[in-house]
Amino acid sequence: MRRHLPVLLLLSGIAGLIPVACGKAAGEQSGNFTLGDPATENRTRQEAVSRAAPPPPLSEDTFPCSDCHDPEIPVNREPRPMAMAHDEIPLEHDPENMWCLACHDADARDMLHLAGGRKVPFEESYRLCAQCHGAKFQDWKAGIHGRRTGQWGGEKEILLCANCHSAHSPSFKPIQPELPPLRPETTR
Amino acid sequence: MTTTEHSRRDFVCAIAGCAAAMAAGGCSDFTHTPFFKKCFRDMRPQQIAVLLADLTQKNKHRFGRDVEITATTSQPGVEFGYALDLSRCVGCRRCVHACVEENNQSRDPQIHWIRVLEMEKQKGIDFAHADPYYEAEEVPREGHFYLPVACQQCENPPCVSSCPVGATWQEPDGITVIDPDWCIGCRCCISACPYGARHFNWAEPEIPAAELNPQMHVIGNRPRPKGVVEKCTFCIQRVRSGRYPACVEACPVGARKFGNLLDPASEIRQVLDTKNVFVLKSELNTRPRFFYFYGD
Amino acid sequence: MVQTFQMLGQFARNGLRTMLHGSRLYWLWVIGLSLLVVSGAIAYSSQLSGGLITTSMRDQVSWGFYIGNFTFLVGVAAAAVMLVIPAYVYQWKPIKEIVLLGELLAISAILMCGLFVFVDIGHPERFWHLIPGLGRLNVPSSLLGWDVIALNSYLVLNVVIASYMLIKLFQNKEPNKRFFMPLVWLSIPAAVGIHTVTAFLYNGMAARPFWNSAILTPRFLASAFCSGPAILLILLQLLRKFTTLEIQDAAIRKVAELMAYAMGINLLLLGAEVFKEYYSDTVHLNHMQYMFTGIDGHDAIVPWMWLSVFCSVAAFLLFLVPRTRKNLVTLNLGCVLIYVGVYLEKGMGLVIPGLTPDTLGEIYEYVPSSSEIAISAGIFGIGALAFTFMVKVATPILLGDLRYQRREPASK
Repeated sequence: MRRHLPVLLLLSGIAGLIPVACGKAAGEQSGNFTLGDPATENRTRQEAVSRAAPPPPLSEDTFPCSDCHDPEIPVNREPRPMAMAHDEIPLEHDPENMWCLACHDADARDMLHLAGGRKVPFEESYRLCAQCHGAKFQDWKAGIHGRRTGQWGGEKEILLCANCHSAHSPSFKPIQPELPPLRPETTR
Repeated sequence: MTTTEHSRRDFVCAIAGCAAAMAAGGCSDFTHTPFFKKCFRDMRPQQIAVLLADLTQKNKHRFGRDVEITATTSQPGVEFGYALDLSRCVGCRRCVHACVEENNQSRDPQIHWIRVLEMEKQKGIDFAHADPYYEAEEVPREGHFYLPVACQQCENPPCVSSCPVGATWQEPDGITVIDPDWCIGCRCCISACPYGARHFNWAEPEIPAAELNPQMHVIGNRPRPKGVVEKCTFCIQRVRSGRYPACVEACPVGARKFGNLLDPASEIRQVLDTKNVFVLKSELNTRPRFFYFYGD
Repeated sequence: MVQTFQMLGQFARNGLRTMLHGSRLYWLWVIGLSLLVVSGAIAYSSQLSGGLITTSMRDQVSWGFYIGNFTFLVGVAAAAVMLVIPAYVYQWKPIKEIVLLGELLAISAILMCGLFVFVDIGHPERFWHLIPGLGRLNVPSSLLGWDVIALNSYLVLNVVIASYMLIKLFQNKEPNKRFFMPLVWLSIPAAVGIHTVTAFLYNGMAARPFWNSAILTPRFLASAFCSGPAILLILLQLLRKFTTLEIQDAAIRKVAELMAYAMGINLLLLGAEVFKEYYSDTVHLNHMQYMFTGIDGHDAIVPWMWLSVFCSVAAFLLFLVPRTRKNLVTLNLGCVLIYVGVYLEKGMGLVIPGLTPDTLGEIYEYVPSSSEIAISAGIFGIGALAFTFMVKVATPILLGDLRYQRREPASK
């Protein structure tokens, strides 16, 4: 299970593309965000505002965290390997300097927290990544980084960082390539 | 019989033989479409309408499926550009196969519009030592990087000037297209293209009916006859209705970027403004609209 | 008017009769060629129904044997008429014969050129797309478009000149010099023109560095001039042997000498190319390497290219050295060698290395398929038959044996 979780997260992220309305759609657990990017503000008529965060790739049995984590129980903030639960989660994201509570918030278990302490919901997990991966974040905002589908000049489906990169084991794993083309000698 | 009569007789016999052989071979070019129809770019709207109706019927007959063929023209203020992040591409070839399905390419003989070249990091971009036939359990392979190549939709396309009948031309939105009913199959354009982007139908293309993409554009992904040239059109059937090309959406690592070069807010312009891009074989002055960059 | 039709009718009838009468050798030759034509036609019909996949050409090497033969034959067509220049300069006798036979060779060669293009394209029935007005000929940008204009004009010009000359001779009349000579003079730049346009077709492709060298056009002209007259030399000697046609040895030797100089220039230009590629040692060397040494075990073309160099150098020496030039055996050997050498160099030796390795560095080893060879042999058969029939009719006219008999009551 521990072995498969990153793959499952990756797959659920890729499979979990949900078309996003212009921030006006009701009934979606999404939050509006303006990226505060001058490029997006000076938009021509051709490219409509199209961004709103898709749901983060959370699996049902681990979220909401507060279902299990009782706020009454004192928190052990000592970095250590997990034993009772979450032991299948690999910690391959700068393990020398980070562990669970570097991102997850011990006081508000259903939130993440930034370096300065401010809490962010999982829907805005990109803000967490942006702290260390600033250049990547700028690229992602501009559309240079990350896969997008939809309309080149209109509504697009974008993905959260976590939709493609497991936060616990972020590096892309090699994949099996499709078959090579046939050589011309074999075409008869 | 004089010499000229002799040669004329040979010639007429050859033509008659051609016609007979083609009719016998079941070539449907003769059955519905008028033989003397014009090149697509010279057609009047009503002729285009007739052509679309004829193609719809022909494809339904051939594949047993309803198809939708459009002739959407280019929009003003749009010029398409493409950028590919070489630091992202892992050589998985998902783009190649997404393209084959989207654009109704022949499975046998096999035609691929996109060719992914595996190159060595030590050598950099070196076509002489590139390998499109790499096979591996997993990609990317250690010490290698991957360079997919398809039509570069050049600003100064050598293929367009080489065509003796004007069967290939560049549309106002930058896409170089081919009229498969006008192309005579001389393959001058294939010799002229520096990127190996153009492909010839050496035999009657074979497309399984179940895998046919019924959303077609008349100078895009509608099934081509044998004996004509074809190539990437930036998925003209998709991009002219506002969608990304199939390869852009298929890429699992988001290496492919596409948009309107004339829109300062587009993704492609973001790439050109913030990244250092280059083009292939720039010394040939083809001025491709397909840029490569290293995002990392 | 009626007289003209009668005369033309007699010309046609007598011409046909002449074609259908000949020695056993003649009939062996004609039947042999016809068999070649038939086998070519059979191969072509399967190419028509199955597509060009019956050839060995693929995307990586998209031109092959057909276009190689086409290129070589354009050179022959040009050279046949270029012979007019020295013929007039050196005041050869018989000048008329040389000019006329050159025209007939040019017509046969252009006919074959057209056929090679016809069998190479994917949709030969769409050839009308090339006709300006009816179709859409892409000039000025397409060199192939210009080539179509140049070759067809040249064909018409030669047909007009040859027919006019023959019909006038048939009537025992002198050609009207004011009409005729300008056409003959025009045919010389036209000959240079067709070959230059064909060279430009290759030369203009920046995508193919092997062709994109300014030296290509002069090489084309030099190799055409040295090889084209070879057939005529052999033909003139045959005619001298089997008919009463008189051709002085001096004329033949002079042609051979000129061919030697042309081959010398050709070899010089080849040497210049070899130096430039090997010394500059850029990535473009790989095309020449493929020709002369092979790459990574791909060396099917290598022996042919060395054979071409050997034949060309040997022919050069045979024509250059006066003793071997005087000796008719070595002279004719030289003709065969020069033909083989230039055929290999300009046919496959131009097209294949230009396309191998391809633009993305791939090497696909192209070797003509049996279907391509059969079709090409068939086309050579058609050209040879056309030339044979034309010469068969022209010879008695030139010699004065075939003349128009004005019918008073009945014909002879």
